[in-house]
This record gives sequence, C-alpha cells and structure tokens, in this order.
Amino acid sequence: MTAAAAFSPTGISFKNIDKRYGGLYALRRVSLEIAPGECAVFAGRNGSGKTTLLRIAARLVRASSGEVKYQNGKGEDSTGAPIGFVAHATMVYDELTAEENLLLFARLQGIAEPAMRAEALLGEVGLLERRGSQVRTFSRGMRQRVAIARALLNQPSVLLFDEPATGLDPQGITWLAESIRQMRDAGRTILMSLHGESEISALATRAVRLDAGSVVADTKTGASLHSILTFAGA
Amino acid sequence: MALLSNTAVLLGKELRTEFRSRELLTTTVVFILVVVVLFSFTFDPTSSESRRFGPGLLWLSFLFAASLMLQPCFLREQNNDTLSALRLSVSDPFAIFLAKLIANTVFLLLTEILMLPIFAVLYNVHVLPVLAQLVLVFLLGSLGVAIPGTAFSAISAQARMRELMLPLLLLPLLTPVLIASTEATAGLLDPNPELRGAWLGFLAGFDVVFLTALWLFGEYLLEE
Repeated sequence: MTAAAAFSPTGISFKNIDKRYGGLYALRRVSLEIAPGECAVFAGRNGSGKTTLLRIAARLVRASSGEVKYQNGKGEDSTGAPIGFVAHATMVYDELTAEENLLLFARLQGIAEPAMRAEALLGEVGLLERRGSQVRTFSRGMRQRVAIARALLNQPSVLLFDEPATGLDPQGITWLAESIRQMRDAGRTILMSLHGESEISALATRAVRLDAGSVVADTKTGASLHSILTFAGA
Repeated sequence: MALLSNTAVLLGKELRTEFRSRELLTTTVVFILVVVVLFSFTFDPTSSESRRFGPGLLWLSFLFAASLMLQPCFLREQNNDTLSALRLSVSDPFAIFLAKLIANTVFLLLTEILMLPIFAVLYNVHVLPVLAQLVLVFLLGSLGVAIPGTAFSAISAQARMRELMLPLLLLPLLTPVLIASTEATAGLLDPNPELRGAWLGFLAGFDVVFLTALWLFGEYLLEE
C-alpha cells in the first residue's frame, strides 16, 4: 500500500480560516497546526464544518479569509506537495474500468509510466483481476478501493479522507483501517473526518472537534481523544 | 504543454465514455430528426419558401438539440464528484473546459452532418455541390454554440432548477450565432450559392471572443 517513501513529510497550517456562504459561517476562525506525519481526526455533528475544512486543505474550496500553508519537516514552504483526497463520493468514473480510471488520472498528473503505476496500485488494493471491469459493476467496497488507488497515484505526502467509511461493510472498514494504518506508519500526514469511534478512528494520533464551524476541542492524549470521538458521534 | 497533454487525455475520456454509451448522440439525432420532419409537414417542401425557411429551422433545431446535449456535460461530473478529482489532477483547469468544448463541438458536428442528407431530401435542397463550405459553417457555428454552452453548463450544474437554467441562459446569448449561421447556410443553399464571408467572419470573431473569456475566467466557474 505505501511502498518506499517517495515523498517528503508535509505539515499543514490553518491560520484564522473563515468560510462564509452568504451570511452563513461554515468555518469561523479555525487555526490548527498539523505536524508532518500526524494522523488527525476531525469529529463533529453534520454541518460542523469538517468537510469544508478538508476541501479547503485540498484547495478545492477557497477560504473567505485566513490562509493555509504547507510546510515540510524543516519548516520550508511546500505548497506544491501532492495531496490525495478520498471522500464518500468515489471521485472515479463509473463508465470507465478500474484500470482506465487510474490511467486517466495518472496521465493527467504527469506520472511517469502510468500503466505500471496503475497496475501496481491495482495489485495493492486487490483489484488486479477486475482491472478490466467497469466501476459501475463494483460493490461499494471495491469502488472505495479504486478511490484509494486513485488518491495514491502521485505518492501524496498528505492524505485527506472525508468520511471514507460511508456505506462500507465491516470487512470493508477493516480493510480501509489497515490501509490507512500503513499510510500513517509510512509517515504520510493524514486528516480524516469521521462520525464516532471505529477501527479507523483508533488510528488517530490527534482528535479535533468542530462545532458550528469552530474548533471546540483539540487533543493528542488517549483518554481525551476517546472522549472527543465518542461525544462527536453522539 | 501540460495544457495540451491534459486536454488530449481528457478529450480521449470524453469521446470514450460517449461512444461507449452513445447517450448524447442518440438523443440529439432523434430530437433533430423529429423537429426537421415535423417542420417539413407544415409547408410544401418543394416550394422556394423551403429554401428561405429551411436554414433557419435547421439551425433552430441544432440550437435546441445543443441545449439538451450540453446539459449533462458538467452535471455528470457531479454524480461521483469526479470534477473534484479532475481539479486536483490537472495543472490548468482550462484543460477541463477545452476538452469538453472540443468534445461537444465534435458531437454537435457529427449530428449535423448525419442530419444533412435527411434535411436535403425533405426540403428539396442541393447540398452536395456546397458540402465543404457547409461543413465550414457548421464547424464555426457549432463552436459558437459549444464554447458559451460549455461555460454555462458549468454554471448551471451548480444551480437550483439547473434543467431550466441552461436554456434560459444560453438561448438568448446564442441569438447572434443563430442569425449568422442561418444567413451563411442560406447563402450556400441559394440557387446561386455564395459563401457569405461577413457572416463567417462574425462567427469566427464570436468564437475567439468567448474562447478568450473562458480561458481568462473559466477557473472561477469551477470553484465551489
């Protein structure tokens, strides 16, 4: 899943992030320092701002004010660092095969030898035998495997997971948790939004609770981390 | 270079998915066929009137069909949030527009060329002697429809009442393209055919202006 680290660890700094939709605040004065290699979980009720914060980190949404910075372990700017994004929507084309999807995104990202990279990732997510099948014929769990393979194409140093376990069965969640554990152990910076405790949340080294767009709790210690996750899922 | 290679990759994806499903091409061809046949019943197709009204009816049917064809252009990128994946992958977001507008132009042009013989038979006009010039008019006219159409498809995909939004935004804007394309086509279907350069120049100018605007401001249309 992770192979040799072909990336440099990257941290993310959110400074006074506001996001407004009209008069409604989705995020209000969010400031967080995510260290390189950290595995942080954003917890909170629906509408608390988790997804918006992740999409701002992915540069898919522009913050109304404040700034997001990417820095390597030496504190140098690494704004161009590759980012992998996995959401509950699979972000792959149902009409294309698993292999065609990976080849498409590999070529768009300018990856050298895209066919080899796609094949290697399909092997890692256990879909090599179904490489020629259209994604529309896949189960939810298989689609999520394609999504993870797509997110790993460019050897990202930062991985963002927006409720990645939505719709997965227990076996799928176990597989996903193991994959994320390998990514975390390889030194990748991971930000996840989750509902409640699960095998996946157990991987977190830090938990941040959001409520109405603001950070209301932030901890790295075991007992507090547990309480944040259980409270948020309530 | 990255813009061109990204555009080529995305164009390949657009063509592959459409030729695999043939959803857009089938719907558009059937729509234009129905309109052209119904109009041919409303007046005597052997009269000289058909040469006067035929090009206008033809372009009107192309325009309505295009608004149907352009609707799913960005809408189907929302099903699995693939637009986000594209935005994370391309170095220049204009490549997304460029690939889509080229694909839309190709689909529209294919439909028009397929419908031309049927139009010629039903409206009793000779198209073979001016076929090359007609294809040029179709190309410039189709680009004129596809460029703003692709941009408005991106806008309407994020709006409420999106099915109504696209034709409401697009059709008034495309009135100059409708007039210029109709006039250029009418000139070619005349008993003494002539290529009306002024209308072709107008179409080319329209295409360049809107392509430039899309290049400059397209990125903002993709933002959430």
